[in-house]
Amino acid sequence: MLLHQLFEASVRRSPDKEALVFDGARFSYADIERRANQLAAALQQRGVQRGDRVATFLDNSVEAVVGIYAALKCGAVFMPINPLTKRDKLAYLLNDSRASVLIAHAALKAEFESALGHNHSVHSCLVVGCREDAVLVDKRCLPYPQPAAAHAAHLVALPATIDQDLAGIIYTSGSTGDAKGVMLTHLNMVSAARSISTYLELQEDDRIVCVLPLAFDYGLYQVLMAFLVGATVVLERSFSFPVKVLETMARERITVFPGVPTVFSLLMNLKTLRDHPLLHLRKITNTAAALSEEHIRQLRGLFPQAQLYSMYGLTECKRVTYLPPDQLDIRPTSVGRGMPNEEVWLVDEAGRRLPNGSTGELVIRGSNVMRGYWDKPEQTAERLKPGPIAGEMVLHSGDIFRTDAEGWLYFVARKDDIIKSRGEKISPREVENVLYGMPGVLEAAVVGVPDAVLGEAVKAFVTLKDGVELSEREVIKYCLSRLENFMAPKFVSFVDELPKTDTGKIKKTGLA
Amino acid sequence: MQVMQQDVKARVRAYIVDNFIMGGSADHLKDADSFMETHVVDSTGFLELVTFIEEAYGFAVDDDEMVPENLDSLDNIDAYVRRKLVAA
Repeated sequence: MLLHQLFEASVRRSPDKEALVFDGARFSYADIERRANQLAAALQQRGVQRGDRVATFLDNSVEAVVGIYAALKCGAVFMPINPLTKRDKLAYLLNDSRASVLIAHAALKAEFESALGHNHSVHSCLVVGCREDAVLVDKRCLPYPQPAAAHAAHLVALPATIDQDLAGIIYTSGSTGDAKGVMLTHLNMVSAARSISTYLELQEDDRIVCVLPLAFDYGLYQVLMAFLVGATVVLERSFSFPVKVLETMARERITVFPGVPTVFSLLMNLKTLRDHPLLHLRKITNTAAALSEEHIRQLRGLFPQAQLYSMYGLTECKRVTYLPPDQLDIRPTSVGRGMPNEEVWLVDEAGRRLPNGSTGELVIRGSNVMRGYWDKPEQTAERLKPGPIAGEMVLHSGDIFRTDAEGWLYFVARKDDIIKSRGEKISPREVENVLYGMPGVLEAAVVGVPDAVLGEAVKAFVTLKDGVELSEREVIKYCLSRLENFMAPKFVSFVDELPKTDTGKIKKTGLA
Repeated sequence: MQVMQQDVKARVRAYIVDNFIMGGSADHLKDADSFMETHVVDSTGFLELVTFIEEAYGFAVDDDEMVPENLDSLDNIDAYVRRKLVAA
């Protein structure tokens, strides 16, 4: 089974069912199918072939959903890029993946035109929402094809895709500073979508609100899973205006609300939360970072009608564990157990499997485990290691967990220094690399500090060159112009010198 | 409090330029442009913007007022702030 075939089965089952609601517009399964077929045909006419990478640089939108299925239908690999990405990193992502096509929102023109100036792999850039008179400097740019009402589009040739082929590449921050492309096959994504929708017991009559970016796998899977079971996704651009989202949730009779701790914090800070009764809500899911016990208590008090799922995952295998809601009172801080059709265990430093009641690195075995990192064999080898059956590979998460006597898992720490803020992974090295590029900066060290809303906030310690004066805001703005917004420091501390080890390396322990 | 017509817009524009736009080239930011659609302000940026408005104009922004109609462009902020100051 291929990822888009799950969607196509839902199209055949209920073509008139509402698939997507966005910005007041409603799209049936047949509508999305027609648009995806038209775009797939257009991509094929522009020369897209099996295995080519089709990158999307889009805000949450109908086009962002259609782009995924259009790429898959012509045998290509979809590659969602966070629209907060700035030009230099965008160029890196397009070059690293050797993407053939970019689909981008016109509002992001300054970034993608600059990135295309440093890229030769993209042969076509389809610009969504560009005015007819818009000047597109790069000759590879052309307006995104207008969806036609009639069902006229057909693929020139049906690609010979099998489930071992790549369906998607999702870039994730790595401790080395360079983003890594997580390669996911059709089998990987179908397996993950099936396992998660099984334990969540998603149904055809579910209405799922998605406030998370589709470029983030947690957001992406809301669409993939809804379209697997034939449910409806109510897609929001963001969570910038929580009251607006609450109004939408009430009006659209939302049953499933996936969020990250920052989303729930913003929500619980609203004094008027109770003015928006969410009578149809059945399930709240949390992942990307753990909810505090206090937040769990508050959420359950506010939404007694809903079951709360605490979950833990990695882009490298999508989801790892979930805590069945009936266990929440018994072990509130546990992230649960492996999901259906997946095996997880802990290992010691030597790689030996540990019994219940131990602490060690979490290992994951299942069809959801990635093929590796695109073009990064060494980093792949650090994560994918031989499993119990000859020839198979299992995923070493790099995260330390402990188990209780019954085998339930509790997160302890990461092995690397990745910061988690707003549910996003941030590589301190990536931020430091940008800071070292700022005129006047001599040295920089970046750490995560606790933050009530963000989970962790990014804090930079900076030493300046002689005679240079910079303000905190100048440093933050410089980072905002070069990094995804969530990676920019929230705090900057100017110090005379940074602590060093005997070998002269910057020592971060104690910096806070 | 007396607020001149241009004052609110200019002050908020200066704040946006100082805090969110690199190089201070805000010429292309039109008064009617959505901050969200043009990626000038993101979700945590809106929280900072609200704090700025509260401190600059001395009133509290209620939860229900945190909507794009009040906050998502220079025009909208201008109209909202002046409405609030008249009511105060």
